[in-house]
Amino acid sequence: MSSKYLIFLGCAIPYRVSSYEISARKVLAKLGVELVEMPEFNCCGLPLDPVSHEMMLILAARNLALAEQRGLNIMALCPGCAGTLKKVNKILKEDKALREQINGHLKEAGLEFKGTVTTKHLMQVLIEDVGLEKIKSAVVKPLTTLKVAEHNGCHILRPKEYIGFDDPEDPQTLKTLIEATGATCLDYMDETECCGAPSVGVSDKVALQLARDKLNHVKMVDAQALITICPFCHIMYDTNELRIEKMFNEAYGIPILHYPQLLGLAMGMSPDELAFNELRVNASKLLTQVTEGAK
Amino acid sequence: MTETATTKEPNREPIKASEIDPKFKYELSRMHGSEKILRCFQCGTCTSDCPVARYSETYRPRTIIRMAQLGLRDRVLNSDTLWLCAACFTCTDRCPQDIEVASVIRVLRNLAAEKGCVPIVFKEQAASVLESGYAYKIPDLRIKKRETQGLPPLPKGNPESIRKTLKGVKFLENVEKKGEQQ
Repeated sequence: MSSKYLIFLGCAIPYRVSSYEISARKVLAKLGVELVEMPEFNCCGLPLDPVSHEMMLILAARNLALAEQRGLNIMALCPGCAGTLKKVNKILKEDKALREQINGHLKEAGLEFKGTVTTKHLMQVLIEDVGLEKIKSAVVKPLTTLKVAEHNGCHILRPKEYIGFDDPEDPQTLKTLIEATGATCLDYMDETECCGAPSVGVSDKVALQLARDKLNHVKMVDAQALITICPFCHIMYDTNELRIEKMFNEAYGIPILHYPQLLGLAMGMSPDELAFNELRVNASKLLTQVTEGAK
Repeated sequence: MTETATTKEPNREPIKASEIDPKFKYELSRMHGSEKILRCFQCGTCTSDCPVARYSETYRPRTIIRMAQLGLRDRVLNSDTLWLCAACFTCTDRCPQDIEVASVIRVLRNLAAEKGCVPIVFKEQAASVLESGYAYKIPDLRIKKRETQGLPPLPKGNPESIRKTLKGVKFLENVEKKGEQQ
């Protein structure tokens, strides 16, 4: 089955997580998912929800209305964007009065929300459109020597009423996708806990303590890498790992990889192609092991 | 708003009858997201499962819900701890009364923001969306680097169209009026 989506980048990815975008595009192209650029997309609205629910609804509805005009569904790389677009789509489809109010705003720019497109996160596209079998058959260098841990993050799963994907209390999709690469996915304590990213800027101390505990638990099971599927979670662990090490006198050295980087390696792509050089926590030890394992 | 502000003890003074706004909870129960606030029976599931409450000495979702139910409008809306919620939605998914606790917190934050009680970071993000369509100011260097990384050009957005659709949004009047403060 061929699939075609408007790619939704959001703000965090172009701001500081290009390695995620680069690796995701490479992997999707090879798996036959066609991505269409959308020059008029804006922020999904989520960052403004705390201060103005109305502003969030308008921003999200504007993106959805633009996609409706193009007649294509959306694929977002960021779970926050995907979750927001899903949630607003559902809310506005069900609440006529609110829909009319928001459409009143969109009308000012010649747009209208109708509720005719759907949004998926990258992981959903991989599991639902591409499918596990096709992913497995694309794996040419199984990462059988690797033992990693996963971090789903919150917005890919919660609130479950709006997201309706996997089980927030015991999520399996990312694990299944990781194991499709040949790597082992380890269980660890508080696996589904928040990374703390949204609290950065309000209280760095609380946010970094949350991330530290996660890293401690990942270290406890000797995971060689932590796999994320969210730009914010990635920033929280990768960008902040050294800071956390200094602040709490810890030593981790755990590389934080985007899932498409892991999959790309298994599909035979080079670390350079997959933007491993953009990572803050050095992954060279892991890469050597992978290359030697494949020989 | 600084980090020390958020660790400040919330107001634990004895409650005076004059502080209570008995209509506050009804007002909340008519707002999108906090419709079910009256159902809370203070079981504490939200606080015990809250990852932020585990590390913060002051942030307790149950307390915030109770204060709102009691009608302590000013204490809740002026409280810095309101802004510590990480919006992970664990409380929402686990609440036995199906209250959507995180959404109630969001409604309270919206009300606080309308009266100007808001961490500066949110004003900056709102201003950035109006200017560029993105919540963060994406550095030119990053935009130029995309080409060398083999990435398509960054969507330019359409700030003018965005500003048109956002006309009349209450919080933005606040950003324009009070943007200089804090």
